[in-house]
Amino acid sequence: MTAGIVAYGAYVPLMRLERAAIHAANAWYAPGVKQAGTRSLASWDEDVITMAVAASRDSLEVTHATPDVSAVYLASTTMPFADRLNAGVVAAAINLDDTITAADITGTRRAALTAIGQAVARCAMEGGRALVVASDLRKAGPASSAEMDIGDGAAALVIGTENILADYLGGASFTVDFVDHFRTPDMDADYAWEERWVRDEGIAKIGPRAIETALARAGLTAAEIDGFIFPTTFKGMAAQLAKASGIRAEAVVDNLASQVGDTGTGHGMLMLAGLLAEAAPGETILMLEFGSGAEAMIFRTTEAIGSFQPRRGLAAWLTRKQETSDYTRLLANRGQIELEKGMRGEQDKKTALSTLYRHRKAIMALIGGKCRETGSVYYPPSRFGYDQRVNVKDMQDPYPMADRTARVLSWSAERLSAYPAPPHHYGQLDFDGGGRILMEFTDVVPGEIESGATMELVFRVKDRDALRGFVRYFWKAVRAREDG
Amino acid sequence: MPQGIKDRVAILGMGCSRFGERWDASPEDLMVEAFDEALTDAGITAQQIDAAWFSTHMDDVGVGRGGTPMGIALRLPFIGVTRVENFCAGGSEAVRAAVYSVAAGACDIALALGVEKLKDTGYGGLPMPSLGTLIPQWYPNAVAPANFAQLASAYMAKHKVNRGDLKRAIAHVSVKSHDNGARNPKAHLRKRITEEQVLNAPIVAEPLGLFDCCGVSDGAAACIVTTPEIAKALGKKDLVTFKALQIAVSNGWEMHSNDWDGSYMQTARIAAKRAYDEAGITAPREQIGMMEVHDCFSVTELVTTEDLFISPEGGAIRDVLDGFYDADGKLPCQIDGGLKCFGHPIGASGIRMLYEMYLQLQGRAGERQLASPGIGLTHNLGGQPSQNVCAISIVGPYR
Repeated sequence: MTAGIVAYGAYVPLMRLERAAIHAANAWYAPGVKQAGTRSLASWDEDVITMAVAASRDSLEVTHATPDVSAVYLASTTMPFADRLNAGVVAAAINLDDTITAADITGTRRAALTAIGQAVARCAMEGGRALVVASDLRKAGPASSAEMDIGDGAAALVIGTENILADYLGGASFTVDFVDHFRTPDMDADYAWEERWVRDEGIAKIGPRAIETALARAGLTAAEIDGFIFPTTFKGMAAQLAKASGIRAEAVVDNLASQVGDTGTGHGMLMLAGLLAEAAPGETILMLEFGSGAEAMIFRTTEAIGSFQPRRGLAAWLTRKQETSDYTRLLANRGQIELEKGMRGEQDKKTALSTLYRHRKAIMALIGGKCRETGSVYYPPSRFGYDQRVNVKDMQDPYPMADRTARVLSWSAERLSAYPAPPHHYGQLDFDGGGRILMEFTDVVPGEIESGATMELVFRVKDRDALRGFVRYFWKAVRAREDG
Repeated sequence: MPQGIKDRVAILGMGCSRFGERWDASPEDLMVEAFDEALTDAGITAQQIDAAWFSTHMDDVGVGRGGTPMGIALRLPFIGVTRVENFCAGGSEAVRAAVYSVAAGACDIALALGVEKLKDTGYGGLPMPSLGTLIPQWYPNAVAPANFAQLASAYMAKHKVNRGDLKRAIAHVSVKSHDNGARNPKAHLRKRITEEQVLNAPIVAEPLGLFDCCGVSDGAAACIVTTPEIAKALGKKDLVTFKALQIAVSNGWEMHSNDWDGSYMQTARIAAKRAYDEAGITAPREQIGMMEVHDCFSVTELVTTEDLFISPEGGAIRDVLDGFYDADGKLPCQIDGGLKCFGHPIGASGIRMLYEMYLQLQGRAGERQLASPGIGLTHNLGGQPSQNVCAISIVGPYR
């Protein structure tokens, strides 16, 4: 069997921080650190897992049923858990079956390509569909240039053997212990060596070897490449590499630096998701990632390329934005400064893990119960019904609610509770098709919530337990936006 | 059809501590203050009490759990003391238990006492309650003002009321209660306020501002009950008896089905109907002479007047602005100042409401005394609009 890309998705957080605001806040200290444009900024309640869930959902058709995926590979170097399968959390949120295989792939920013390689090998051998999702939420030292270079985001690919949108033609992997940067588990940010050395001795020497080998394996010449994806924050580096390898200059794909920044492990896939959405049949794409060596992969779009649409897609994620000049939001969202929470912030957030497991379908996948007798939807599900006209017992079937829209019945916004992005909005949501949940709203632009407003659901961090380090996840509502 | 409680149990004596930021008083002191007044009023000793029910909600910042805190604070004679807790309606719950024990003939004299010490938290507002292990995993980290503010958003949407008109009506609710509270020496907040102050106050939870929220305070209230026969034998005159005691508890319908529209309290409507049936009231707007409702927030009071079938649905704003519920109106509401001016020491509030009805019916309400109080109603709500406990008590002159 041959395998290839059968679906793709992207995710870019709503908030875009103006780089000029970062500069303005730090200019007294680092006047030379200056860039134009914006970078994406994940909310306080986002992390690698939630962004991975968002990108995965973008790639998966809405069926209100268990998605047809038999493996999940999560690539990241900033996963929230060192021991608790992060890919397993993603799988739970998108309501995958227990029988799937899942793995966290990490250690280098080319981990996403390693993950794709595994997915391709698995599908070619066993068939089925494998989800590859890459996501990063990196920190940079305040007033560093990396703080402006970095953005937050995630991307997903579904690899399969049927209805292929882009065939996998071949690839090459080089593992070289070239330490352009490193990060140990107790470090917040990367420690990086001099840029000139990294360009000249690293990327410029190892990159072309990977490109050349991949091309040879695919039986192609560099001139045949229509799209060259190489995420780097070094200006002109992708063009330099293309030129050195014989790839046409116009094949170099824009790296989204002006709006998003570099999203880390998932950035190549994010660029690919953007490229695939616009690609015509027969286009050849080479994706290269550099890190502890280099990895290159070549795909060619098929006649089916236009048959797939992600739920939203990169272009719409880019349009859907809220610009901000609040620099301390960046630091606060990433825990780099601790804003005063007051005594209300002292509340214990211990999670009963046994309770979480007992209710895992309801909490992690937002699955309610629909009564066969009355049609009423219950969240959380229950054995008895509330309807007084008819006594029903054990009549509820599982009813996935995450992919349904809902309308605000009642709401408020307050600044009393300890909440990282005040004012804290929440209210009662009536789901289209039935069901009601009193739920937190997130990514709220003040003024956009009103009774009757249409909302959609996102998987987010519910609470972080500062005492024990556990992260509690649940679903929240965001305003459905016309701009995507 | 059950026999009901009408005229089977009388109030023998009541007491109420001064409410407020009682930095001077422990919860035990507050209990003693209320109990001492109630004993004196009843003209009995503690040894004559057969059983007691103790209402307190916050165990972590209060007295802890169980019946012992009250047994010890009041040095009760080794009688049964049962702690009851039913959110903010706990005080009414304790009264119900005491009244039922007397009506059942199990006790001759029973005590209900509620206390809450809220000002030992170190911050303003209510302490954060524990919610068990499941609810915090999905339910918002919500605070009371925003839970009740949602009533306002749904009420505005349902009745097509704009924000400004609603704000002015609920401002009048608070202005009226402050006028009343200013005349009550036991109230916490005793300053009159103006509509302009209310409307210009900072927002706590959209659209509720500071003066739309009740105070947070410490306090205790006590009620000693017995049969009308024993009360008379003890020399009591102008007996006040219970005409109805009803509690309705949500079963999740409001919060989980799509049928409730969020603009009213289903429990209040059910409890009110049952209470009127029990008391034999057919036209509450005419027959109720005064009431103390659970005005934790101004909008709660506004909506409650409709839930009690006093104002027509959608008509509360007009009644409020017409002064129908003012001290000199047709049906004075919160004549003691309400939660608005007393604050809301949770376990005590239901009994504090009853205390004012009792004083008014006995003609002992001082400056606030109404000319003809008639039948009094208390409405004590615990929880939030979408999921709550509603207790309604009706009291009046015996026979």
